[in-house]
Amino acid sequence: MSPSLDPTRSFQGLILTLQRFWAEKGCVILQPYDMEVGAGTFHPATTLRSLGPKPWRAAYVQPSRRPKDGRYGENPNRLQHYYQYQVILKPSPPDLQELYLASLKAIGVDAALHDIRFVEDDWESPTLGAWGLGWECWCDGMEVSQFTYFQQVAGVECAPVSGELTYGLERLAMYVQGVENVYDLNFNGLEGAEKITYGDVFKQAEQEYSRHNFEHADTALLFQHFKDAEAECKALLEKGDRGERHDMVLPAYDQCIKASHRFNLLDARGVISVTERQSYILRVRELAKACGAAWLKTEGGGASA
Amino acid sequence: MPELLLELFSEEIPARMQAQAAADLKKLVTDALVARGVLYEGAAAFATPRRLALHIAGLPARQPDTREERKGPRVGSPEQALQGFLKSAGLASIDQAKIEKDPKGKGEFYIAIIERAGRPTLDVLAEILPPIIKSFPWPKSMRWGAASTRSDSLRWVRPLHSILATFGPETEAPEVVPFEVDGIVAGKTTRGHRFMAPGEISVRRFDDYVPALEKAKVVLDPARRRDIILHDARDLAFASGLELVEDEGLFDEVAGLVEWPVALMGEFDEAFLDIPAEVIRATIRANQKCFVLRKPDGKLANKFILVSNILATDGGKAIAAGNGRVVRARLSDALYFWQTDQKPLPDFADKGSLLDQRMAKLRALNIVFHEKLGTQGERVDRIKALARELAPLVGANADDAARAAELCKADLMTEVVGEFPETQGLMGRRYAELQGEKHDVCVAIEDHYKPQGPSDRIPTNPVAIAVALADKIDTLVGFWAIDEKPTGSKDPYALRRAALGVIRIIRANNVRFSLLSVSAKSIALITVATYLRWVKSKINQEELLEKLGVSKATIDVVHNEISESLGHNRGQQLAEETGGRAYEICSDLMGFFAERLKVQLRQEGTAHEHVDAVFAQLQDQSSPARSDLLMITRRVEALGQFLDTDDGKNLLAGYKRAANILRAEEKKEKDGGKAFLEPHAPSLRSEPEESRLALEIERAAKNAKKHVADEDFEGAMRALSHLREPVDQFFVAVTVNDADPARRLNRLRILNELRAAMHVVADFSKIAG
Repeated sequence: MSPSLDPTRSFQGLILTLQRFWAEKGCVILQPYDMEVGAGTFHPATTLRSLGPKPWRAAYVQPSRRPKDGRYGENPNRLQHYYQYQVILKPSPPDLQELYLASLKAIGVDAALHDIRFVEDDWESPTLGAWGLGWECWCDGMEVSQFTYFQQVAGVECAPVSGELTYGLERLAMYVQGVENVYDLNFNGLEGAEKITYGDVFKQAEQEYSRHNFEHADTALLFQHFKDAEAECKALLEKGDRGERHDMVLPAYDQCIKASHRFNLLDARGVISVTERQSYILRVRELAKACGAAWLKTEGGGASA
Repeated sequence: MPELLLELFSEEIPARMQAQAAADLKKLVTDALVARGVLYEGAAAFATPRRLALHIAGLPARQPDTREERKGPRVGSPEQALQGFLKSAGLASIDQAKIEKDPKGKGEFYIAIIERAGRPTLDVLAEILPPIIKSFPWPKSMRWGAASTRSDSLRWVRPLHSILATFGPETEAPEVVPFEVDGIVAGKTTRGHRFMAPGEISVRRFDDYVPALEKAKVVLDPARRRDIILHDARDLAFASGLELVEDEGLFDEVAGLVEWPVALMGEFDEAFLDIPAEVIRATIRANQKCFVLRKPDGKLANKFILVSNILATDGGKAIAAGNGRVVRARLSDALYFWQTDQKPLPDFADKGSLLDQRMAKLRALNIVFHEKLGTQGERVDRIKALARELAPLVGANADDAARAAELCKADLMTEVVGEFPETQGLMGRRYAELQGEKHDVCVAIEDHYKPQGPSDRIPTNPVAIAVALADKIDTLVGFWAIDEKPTGSKDPYALRRAALGVIRIIRANNVRFSLLSVSAKSIALITVATYLRWVKSKINQEELLEKLGVSKATIDVVHNEISESLGHNRGQQLAEETGGRAYEICSDLMGFFAERLKVQLRQEGTAHEHVDAVFAQLQDQSSPARSDLLMITRRVEALGQFLDTDDGKNLLAGYKRAANILRAEEKKEKDGGKAFLEPHAPSLRSEPEESRLALEIERAAKNAKKHVADEDFEGAMRALSHLREPVDQFFVAVTVNDADPARRLNRLRILNELRAAMHVVADFSKIAG
């Protein structure tokens, strides 16, 4: 195998291997959602598709932004922008754990050599009105994935329940490449002058965005954007409401995502107090819930024609 | 005798739920069996990360037969009554019933004999197990898979994969208990370790189940896994000349994370040892579930013990290396936090020292302590004022106490405490030391949370005592003022612990002050703060919103909403109310302290009647003595010692006799014996013993009062002890119920004086003789 495709030698090889693995398991391989989100779960392919009765299998890479986790490119393990690999299987198959372990094997994690563990971690997304039970998956003490059986999303009981796998790609890559600093990850698998590292691609971005997230983002503007997104989301939900049916959920949900990210930026700027924080989370959750309820009135949500 | 083996095999069960689940399974199944008349010899339940197992030995093959006689209506009763009886007894016709004579001669009755043959235990098990599994009391359970579209689908802690259930005698091949739960059919197979022996294992009974699992790299018994971890970890540490820092909670947790424990040693860079040991330990424990190690000099070593779930093909090298890498990553985070905390805060760099900056941020963020009790900042102001008041009472420097109080919550704003809340207080101290605060102030910052639990250290430094008391009293008075007292088992703000903390600090340090008057000061502070907050709220919200360019009309709407949600328009009302109720609130709180003190003294082995006797005596007094817990304790101790002496015991007997006579006589009087309360007339005394007692009572009462005033409780007891002999003599020689009513009344008055004299010290009526 060319080192550029080898999951243990290149970051891209790891991604491509997971893509192939899950493609063979019947997933549609999607591309990242084209908006700023905090996690792969926000992609409508997970949030909205996990609602309603229709079976669904998808996998995709999702760039995830956590403004507060910025460290100006100085911390070897923390990034304000990183990649998640997201798999959603609805309904959750009985052999989901075996599938997950097989995917680890595919990327070079040998279960006879490494200590793989499922450690309790009940997942909850207060902004999405979602929760599920599952685990953090540990490899030799490192959390490399989240494994969740969705019980509720956007305030709606999941029926059927979806299984969600979220791989932290940088961490996994650091593990299989044996690298201590994320910026030292080999991105393209080449060596010498042709080698491109993760740092070559992202270090400058980490520095610039940390400045933005913590120091310079215009908070008055962000507050305004939050309000605008909130208002637009509600307006779209109202305009698309056709009684038993709804015909404008996805654009409305985009606004919910937008509000959520603006909130994360405001939070990173430290301008939201503990008490206010709760009320902002609640406001985003209300949007997510309204979108979830509207989704159930669409074809994708299983509403009969 | 036959036995049951039940195993519920699932995806990984959270470690913290395993022990309770095993206990629940055992109780539910054995209770259900017993309720059906099926008794057993012994039962044991076990849990691993992937299975709950239950073994019940000594079961009968069948339920016992039962025979019940049911009495029916009288012979010749109306048809309707007969039909009802037949139906309830399950008889086809009345000929099947016996007729018996009533032993009391009330005629003849029908008797139905209902005999039920016991069913095979196997059938009973097949009947009881499904509902137990379906309604198993997991703290949190879930649905999964295709079945989860049905609302009645099976819920389990994580997906349940298989059920093993066999029943039969030791000598024969057992049978599978025939049942199914939501499509999972009980069988006789299970699986071994997820990675080392994933194949199916066929099982007959418990005797071969345990070794079969062991062979398949599963240690069934959690206690054994724990032991293995403990011993292997100790051995590994010892081999490197180190000592394991033992951690009970972590042993249990780790035992619940592995089916086959293998202890390994990992390592991190020595440079990380600059981070405070507590932070290293918290990092490694909370995030990695690993044990830290100590060097012979007591300092932390740069090594740790991890427990893996497999015997790796390379002997665990890759696992140890991987864990080491994660620990290093975590510690570099911790180091980052520790270093960040030693740098100025961007927006607060002009607010003084590092901790002062954090405190400024805490105030600026307006973090709410409790909706009705204001922000953390306001609370710190109150603690500060109260600590100043308390300082002279406990021998502390008032300025130091105020300084410590000002900084005591600042570490809540540090990165380290944000990440590891259990290091609060301690980190405050470390940072205070770094910025050169006085030693007393540093100690007080760490110790002001103490004592947290019964085994926690009690602060002894005077400054720490002042701040610790101020913190706890402010909490107690605050929640009392807003009527959020503990009820029954509910104590969400840990107020019992706070009160006990106050009591323990006072007693351990022999500090004396009136809790009542300190509480009154505390409530005054809360009242003022509440009022100020109400006034301030009028201004701030509007300014903020206007700055953001919100229209005036919106401001009004929002303002009303905010006021309501924060209860600000109730603020003034509350301020007025608490002001008016201050005395009531404080005395109610004193009652709570008294209760906690009683509980505490009782736990220490003091007879609760002694405590009651002292408290009842103080009840009548409005003096601050009532809330001087140290004095109360000393009084209880002196009373206990006195009652241990012969004088004490006999005097108590005499007192009882006098009190009983008085009580009996009081009942006879219409007004309850008001006349007895008058002083006796010396001229009516006829017997020498009578006169002697009267004189001794007078002397004893005078002396006891003086000693009590001087807080010399042994002295007060000694004064009373002189009464013993004259009391005894009196009862030998004098008849109280004299034929002459004037003499009788006079003697009753003397007895009343005896009772009153003794009540100067304690209410002896609370003590059973």
